[in-house]
Amino acid sequence: MTSELDIFVGNTTLIDEDVYRLWLDGYSVSDAVALRVRSGILEQTGATAAVLQSDTMDHYRTFHMLERLLHAPPKLLHQLIFQIPPSRQALLIERYYTFDEAFVREVLGKKLSKGTKKDLDDISTKTGITLKSCRRQFDNFKRVFKVVEEMRGSLVDNIQQHFLLSDRLARDYAAIVFFANNRFETGKKKLQYLSFGDFAFCAELMIWNWTQGAIDSQVDDMFMDLDKEFLQDLKELKVLVADKDLLDLHKSLVCTALRGKLGVFSEMEANFKNLSRGLVNVAAKLTHNKDVRDLFVDLVEKFVEPCRSDHWPLSDVRLFLCQYSGSVHSLDGFRYQALWDRYMGTLRGCLLRLYHD
Amino acid sequence: MPGKLKVKIVAGRHLPVMDRASDLTDAFVEVKFGNTTFKTDVYHKSLNPQWNSEWFKFEVDDEDLQDEPLQITVLDHDTYSANDAIGKVYIDIDPLLYSEAATVISGWFPIYDTIHGIRGEINVVVKVDLFNDLNRFRQSSCGVKFFCTTSIPKCYRAVIIHGFVEELVVNEDPEYQWIDRIRTPRASNEARQRLISLMSGELQRKIGLKVLEMRGNAVVGYLQCFDLEGESGLVVRAIGTACTLDKLSSPAAFLPACNSPSKEMKESPLVHPPSHGCRSTHNSPIHTATGSRLTQNFSVSVPTLIYTGMGSGSAGKEGGPFKGLLRQQTQSALEQREFPFFTLTAFPPGFLVHVGGVVSARSVKLLDRIHNPAFVGIMGNTRPYKLLDWNSFNSDEPETRDAWWAEIRQEIKSHAKALGCHAVVGYSESTSICEEVCILSASGTAAVLNPRFLQDGTMEGCLEQRLEETLPAGCGFCHIPYDELNMPFPAHLTYCYNCRKQKVPDVLFTTIDLPADATVVGKGCLIQARLCRLKKKAQAEANATAISNLLPFMEYEMHTQLMNKLKLKGMNALFGLRIQISVGENMLMGLASATSVYLAALPTPGGIQIAGKTPNDGSYEQHISHMQKKINDTIAKNKELYEINPPEMSEEIIGSPIPEPRQRSRLLRSQSESSDEVTELDLSHGKKDAFVLEIDDTDAMEDVHSLLTDVPPPSGFYSCNTEIMPGINNWTSEIQMFTSVRVIRLSSLNLTNQALNKNFNDLCENLLKSLYFKLRSMIPCCLCHVNFTVSLPEDELIQVTVTAVSITFDKNQALQTAKTHVEKSLQRASTDNEELLQFPLELCSDSLPPHPFPPAKEHLESASSNSGIPAAQRDRCSSWIELIKLKAQTIRRGSIKTTVTVEKASPMGEGNFRNRSAPSCANSTVGVVKMTPLSFIPGAKITKYLGIINMFFIRETTSLREEGGVSGFLHAFIAEVFAMVRAHVAALGGNAVVSYIMKQCVFMENPNKNQAQCLINVSGDAVVFVRESELEVVSTQQPTANCQPACTGEVTT
Repeated sequence: MTSELDIFVGNTTLIDEDVYRLWLDGYSVSDAVALRVRSGILEQTGATAAVLQSDTMDHYRTFHMLERLLHAPPKLLHQLIFQIPPSRQALLIERYYTFDEAFVREVLGKKLSKGTKKDLDDISTKTGITLKSCRRQFDNFKRVFKVVEEMRGSLVDNIQQHFLLSDRLARDYAAIVFFANNRFETGKKKLQYLSFGDFAFCAELMIWNWTQGAIDSQVDDMFMDLDKEFLQDLKELKVLVADKDLLDLHKSLVCTALRGKLGVFSEMEANFKNLSRGLVNVAAKLTHNKDVRDLFVDLVEKFVEPCRSDHWPLSDVRLFLCQYSGSVHSLDGFRYQALWDRYMGTLRGCLLRLYHD
Repeated sequence: MPGKLKVKIVAGRHLPVMDRASDLTDAFVEVKFGNTTFKTDVYHKSLNPQWNSEWFKFEVDDEDLQDEPLQITVLDHDTYSANDAIGKVYIDIDPLLYSEAATVISGWFPIYDTIHGIRGEINVVVKVDLFNDLNRFRQSSCGVKFFCTTSIPKCYRAVIIHGFVEELVVNEDPEYQWIDRIRTPRASNEARQRLISLMSGELQRKIGLKVLEMRGNAVVGYLQCFDLEGESGLVVRAIGTACTLDKLSSPAAFLPACNSPSKEMKESPLVHPPSHGCRSTHNSPIHTATGSRLTQNFSVSVPTLIYTGMGSGSAGKEGGPFKGLLRQQTQSALEQREFPFFTLTAFPPGFLVHVGGVVSARSVKLLDRIHNPAFVGIMGNTRPYKLLDWNSFNSDEPETRDAWWAEIRQEIKSHAKALGCHAVVGYSESTSICEEVCILSASGTAAVLNPRFLQDGTMEGCLEQRLEETLPAGCGFCHIPYDELNMPFPAHLTYCYNCRKQKVPDVLFTTIDLPADATVVGKGCLIQARLCRLKKKAQAEANATAISNLLPFMEYEMHTQLMNKLKLKGMNALFGLRIQISVGENMLMGLASATSVYLAALPTPGGIQIAGKTPNDGSYEQHISHMQKKINDTIAKNKELYEINPPEMSEEIIGSPIPEPRQRSRLLRSQSESSDEVTELDLSHGKKDAFVLEIDDTDAMEDVHSLLTDVPPPSGFYSCNTEIMPGINNWTSEIQMFTSVRVIRLSSLNLTNQALNKNFNDLCENLLKSLYFKLRSMIPCCLCHVNFTVSLPEDELIQVTVTAVSITFDKNQALQTAKTHVEKSLQRASTDNEELLQFPLELCSDSLPPHPFPPAKEHLESASSNSGIPAAQRDRCSSWIELIKLKAQTIRRGSIKTTVTVEKASPMGEGNFRNRSAPSCANSTVGVVKMTPLSFIPGAKITKYLGIINMFFIRETTSLREEGGVSGFLHAFIAEVFAMVRAHVAALGGNAVVSYIMKQCVFMENPNKNQAQCLINVSGDAVVFVRESELEVVSTQQPTANCQPACTGEVTT
């Protein structure tokens, strides 16, 4: 006796959250059944393994049919085939677009292309996430990217509108899309200590301050690309380190203000010129795409690591950055105050977030 | 030209990409009704076209309005090649033809293609303008309402229940026409869908005409089925119960009930004036409007129904000097009917007087090739194909089928007579076809009815009512209608445990729902008998003979199984019994499902005794006693599980049972037999010692084992196949309707009956287990209306389809109710009586003619059993006259008493119902359409019936693997069918389908060719319901349903 066909169709589509998770995690039916058995469900319900197998198959089939709709969540809301209560619909969508931290760290900033997709095997081996799940997550990134790529208006709003995600998740996707578009390097060994959250935080700051959309909201891709003009202008900041007088003046202003307030004052004093040079040079280099990609590497190399090696506490870093960017306003010879604020305001936020072990 | 059909195509959405180059579609729509077609403009390059068309107007005949579906085709415009079809929508406009139902159909319909499934949606608005005077309109059967619900629909009151209506139409199946060789599968499927749609429309219209002839205005319990007879054609047949219904809209509506019936008849807007009886001539197939040839081939089947009343049929004549004559005439009303059958399973209070038992009949027929067909060889095929010569064979086709059914119905009728019953309720018919062999089955419950509802004079019965001996509520129907000394089968009679006055059988089998007023102890449960029998492959007559020979044995076996399982549960009655026998190439399968309960009126069932034939064998004896112990344990456990603890009764009160004609102590099987099931059955166990089955028989061993292997549902779960679970009455509002299908392939090697039985048993048990597991989040809940269908699509395949609804209930409340159960029912009974007293009295003063129908059975019975009236006089089926005499005597003696049994007034029932629902009824989300096989929605009140939903779909694929194999294919298809049903209901303005049923699910696969095909036929009633929480305000203003027998069904105690 073999089962040829075995289906269950409810007027209201039954969704088992546990099975959904297993499906999203890319487990095969047999693996999922084994995992469910291990969860002790048989003992709880008195069911047999065959029942579990049939149930799992059914759910998998349903999810498979729903997947097409999940690719365009508004369709899920308007479709007539599956009657699903709104709260469940939201859950289905949210879970489908939820990604693994480990996975996103691997692809963050990479081009969402076929090439990257081919590397998913390696990522799967490395992270222990099933290839199937990797593919789903990758495809989600890519799909969201494709849809919002050419759109006007706020990135987060667009994502929310077209994918019906929660605010939190939509922001994350905005960060992923932004990173993918600008191809920021996040995979270097030096950057391994950073979490997705760190990058997402930086991305959000950059989107709101460094993109075209931040100034003029009527341009396409405005929240995806960094403001080219702004990047060009950043070269002007070079004067802060190129002009020796200006650099000295800047240093003395910062030192005066921080004397006695900083635990690592002497180290700061000794390192000031290096740090300042590092930060300003990062700005000046952003005209080149290559250097834009290395932004985070540079920031870590030029600022985070030196400070860390001198054991600056975070509070000292905060004080320093505050003084460092603030005291520029007192430099009479410096003409690019607004530009400096736009640059440093964001950078300060990023650096503070990046500064941890 | 009574109607103008207006259609507007508004927009489409989610259309499929038809042009690969642009990833877009240039869609337009064709709207077709009859022979007229309109087109919208092409909406270029969009997957969400906005056509916003003008109103397309069709001026059509009323017959066409009833028969034809509106056909909407969405196409992709192609400049250079033929336009590609995206899909179709068929809309049945029938609901727009009732005055009280929907007024507009408007909404999003899934665009369906038989090859690709649902491909986007289309927004359509449909209206019907009836510009002729309403009178004329009413002459067609357009005004007749149809309900699938097998009880009087919730917001109606039955004025008269006229009786059985049936009709069938036959056509050639397009799938088997020669043209099918040259057309695409899509075209063939669409031809079939359209044909069946047309045939259903035609059938419904014809049934409607019969109802009008009977002067009814509605068909309740309408069941339409298709027989796919393959080469020999396609039969669409329907049965139903004609009624005159009154809408319960406001308290004012209750007043006419107390008026004279004739007056009421006239007031009732939809009742067909008697003078229009000639309408039947329109049966003749003359609608040329359709132009399609197939309409010619419907022949008129012989009207099987004779009107309820007198031949001259004028409503105004009662109350005059004709009283006596009238009495006689109406008395014989039921007799006059060719088939006094009722498809209802739940009845207005007081309708059902006695229940005799299940009657069923089967017959095996050979589907002959169509007579005198014109054969012609086409395209060099070796095999001749029929020409489309409609006239040559159609004339006799329906008659053949009609004759077959008439034969079976006749048999049922005579069975009922043998049980001392004049009517059959819970009646249904079914077929099973394999190749050229067809098993026709019919079954029902023999019953004695209260004639009150059956004739034109509604309230005449009031007097009748009083004649009935006062009976405590809830046991009257158990009392035997047949003659105790001349029983049609061996039965074990005792005095009723409830009233102690009348005789009751020890076990009662019925096909109906548990009557609302029945007193039940504990809870009920679903029991099934499952059986397979191998059969040699054979051809034609030999095959038919083999099957006929097997049938009685199967019936007997299943009956024994049911009986044993019933005993094992410690219960004594079966409701909703449905025995299905399916025929396959090399086997027969039987599946009987029923809901067992413990009726307080019937005696406590004896246990099961095991006896061995070979004594003196120690180990064997031990084995036997071991088994016996196991069985006893199971019974005890079940009693606990289902809370069966009937009040103790001492034997003296009850009186000793009637002496047994034979020794029963050694029986393994049940101690007695209560219901006469079939003729064949009579042959097999009539009065012989059919129950003796020795334990050393391996089969018997198997049986005992299988008895013990049936696993009870997990705790918190109950199941039944009736509308509601006896013993649970506090439903909460959460419901989940589902369909589950399983197909297993048997290994063809060494198939034995035992192995088959085991496989089949496992299949069903596993299916149930799966359901329990899937629905575990709803616990505590009950699976209601569990409907199993078994079929044998191919040699080694068994297909089981289950449709049911899971309803949650409040456990805490349940416990309470269980305790106060009896008191409540008593209370209610008394309240009812008070309320009722006024009502009949009023009527009495109305000088209505005394009802001439047979007097109260109880009275008669007690009289007969006490005074020993000659047996001849007790043959109630034939000698009504005597009964009348008897009744007349009784009246003279002045023994008129007010009845207590009947008229369970609605207010209480409604009240109970209302209280039952949890206060926190989920606020219904917009757009949600509930589906349920039940006639009600827990925690809600149905406020409007929008019309019948009857849909037929075919789905085919040539890429089975790509669609996820057979499971993926069927899963998607069933989901699509649900979606289409919901969309149609929503477009009618409804929010639920009640009495939903999947009548057919024919699945065929050919994995080697990567192909599969499935046909599904579903029906139900589209309704609007209002949550009771929302209704509270309204109900306080409106004292609900006084003294009306309209509320039935869902009220339990």
